Amino acid sequence: MITLLDNPIPIPGGLKLNANKQQSLRSPIKKARIPELLTVPLSQHIGNPAEVVVKVGEQVGKGQIIAEASGFISASVHAPTSGTVTAIDNFFVPHPSGLKNRCIQIKPDGEDRWYERHELANPFILDPYDIRQRVLDAGIVGMGGAGFPVASKCSAGLANTVELVLLNAAECEPFISCDEALMKERPEEVIEGLRVMRHALQAKQSVIGIEDNMPEAAECLQNYLDSIDETDIQIIKVPSLYPEGGEKQLIYSLTGLEIPNTELPIDHGIICHNVGTSAAVYRAAKFNEALISRIITITGAGITEPQNLDVLIGTPVADLVEQCGGYSDKIDRLLMGGPMMGFTLQTDALPVIKTTNCILATSQQETPQPEPATACIRCGKCAEVCPAGLLPQQLYWHAHARDFEKTEAFNLFDCIECGCCAYVCPSHIPLVQYYRFAKAEIREARDVKQRADIARERHEARDARLVREKQELAERRAKHKKAAATRKDGSDPKKDAIKAAVERAKARKSALKPNPESNREPSSESSPNSGNQV
Amino acid sequence: MLTAILALGALALVFGIVLGYSAIRFRVKSDPIVEKIDKLLPQTQCGQCTFAGCRPYAEAIAAGEAEINQCPPGGAATIQSLADLLGVEPKELNEEHGEHKEKMVAVIVEKTCIGCTLCIQACPVDAILGSAKHMHTVIESECTGCELCLPPCPVDCIEMVPLARSIEQWKWKLPETGS
Repeated sequence: MITLLDNPIPIPGGLKLNANKQQSLRSPIKKARIPELLTVPLSQHIGNPAEVVVKVGEQVGKGQIIAEASGFISASVHAPTSGTVTAIDNFFVPHPSGLKNRCIQIKPDGEDRWYERHELANPFILDPYDIRQRVLDAGIVGMGGAGFPVASKCSAGLANTVELVLLNAAECEPFISCDEALMKERPEEVIEGLRVMRHALQAKQSVIGIEDNMPEAAECLQNYLDSIDETDIQIIKVPSLYPEGGEKQLIYSLTGLEIPNTELPIDHGIICHNVGTSAAVYRAAKFNEALISRIITITGAGITEPQNLDVLIGTPVADLVEQCGGYSDKIDRLLMGGPMMGFTLQTDALPVIKTTNCILATSQQETPQPEPATACIRCGKCAEVCPAGLLPQQLYWHAHARDFEKTEAFNLFDCIECGCCAYVCPSHIPLVQYYRFAKAEIREARDVKQRADIARERHEARDARLVREKQELAERRAKHKKAAATRKDGSDPKKDAIKAAVERAKARKSALKPNPESNREPSSESSPNSGNQV
Repeated sequence: MLTAILALGALALVFGIVLGYSAIRFRVKSDPIVEKIDKLLPQTQCGQCTFAGCRPYAEAIAAGEAEINQCPPGGAATIQSLADLLGVEPKELNEEHGEHKEKMVAVIVEKTCIGCTLCIQACPVDAILGSAKHMHTVIESECTGCELCLPPCPVDCIEMVPLARSIEQWKWKLPETGS
């Protein structure tokens, strides 16, 4: 049983950062225009990439499925607008690696014609499995940044008892304001999405966790709740502290429950979703709409008119910047995501994806170039700010020495890569990079080991097969040899068998002849008892 | 005197029986050393160590007949882990057995392949698919890169290529600016 704390507790560590949200919240959400070319990556989520179901040259409608989810953890991809598929190939995608990946390019026809869209007056008549199916069909993924397929979360929720559905509205990373804008302008989508999820998961409690520096957004949500007389949804304010919006951090704040990296919130009866995800779930349930657009914050001192845009997935970053008045002369770096967890974009020709919450063009002042790293002085500041309660300095030490067993012993995989430790490090050590490196090495070593195990199994199977084949060959040879040997004796088993059969036939014939009635009653003849009765 | 000897003797007998019984009854099945060594080897089954696969090599190491530095696919990492396991000093890889290379996979050039099945017979992990006078192909995910299929091929149609580095396999590197 989950009990909510009377007063949310602050997370361990964390940083008080300047929110920098106001720049992008001056104007309401604007619908971004349809670009000339959309590039939709097949892998915008955690799990298997989607499988293409359209061909080059095909006409597609808005919201039509263009790539299907494959496997248990995957998400479908849909056409963001109507148009023609012009290419299915590798294109540069927004990813820290800066590499290419499979994408579908669509040339919009400008009609923006829906493929299929029905409005359901009351989505609460759907049963939980129908809702899951709709979420799956809509290709919804976690929009807070991780991109975990929501249908997979739903399945886990349907298989377990859900005590608490938690909406994560603690948008904690500086500059990002897309969730706040959504809550202010479309509270009905957020709340109705939560109600749909509560209905689908048969959850006992529903809570919205929101940072206390967004009072207006909280008020908008509360006003909507009051307008529909909904009293079972609680809005709880949590202290504004980065990274309060981490799933496990928010759960800790609200319930005092610590969830280790080996477990998921659902193991404790909790399902946690971002507010953007909730709105997408509502649209899927109510209108059968796929996830083809999202709200993105375009901000930073490098942008002339920072604002929130409602953007089609696959729109190039450059297009969005242009609609925000272009770059200002202060631009120094272009990031996707926030200043703490985002990654640098090499070019603005990249498309935005389902998990893109922010395009940040910063000045040198906002994100200064990291100073050269010097030796760790063991000050322990990193441990003070770690929201996961880890020892960043020990992790760094062991990762640097490639002693990965030790990093695991110090719970490396509980690190959420929030960057607090690196932010406060007086020696400017890029700590998070060390943790990412160590995690990647450990994951690869696991993969190599798994492959080695498969190779061993296959090799052993082959050896066993060779032995068996040899044995079978030897057996066959022995049989032939035996047969050949008997032929030499003059007694051929085959001929003997034929001879025996011929003799049996003769014997039967001679037995039939003396009895003339046998022709009429062959059955009585064959009966062994008949002779005795006669 | 006699009582003392008898008493001690009796005690010795009782404890002897107890120890002997518990040695059989509570025997701990320890993981044999061959298994442990085999687990550390890369299972390429290439035979560069001069043994007919990873397990025979593991057996030879366990018997003290082979050095721990004869496995080029495993390289320094495998040597280090073997040294840790066996409590010996790690050594440099013995160059006689070959050099440590990036992981490669075999690819059959289909234009040249004549379908002779010789490579299929040579593959230690049954990773080549095909039959006589039909096209052969390597199952990439199962190929260990042992190169054993190269010498038997009468038309030299097998190439070793490095694994394509896709975005899924990309990984974070050790930061260069480190103290």
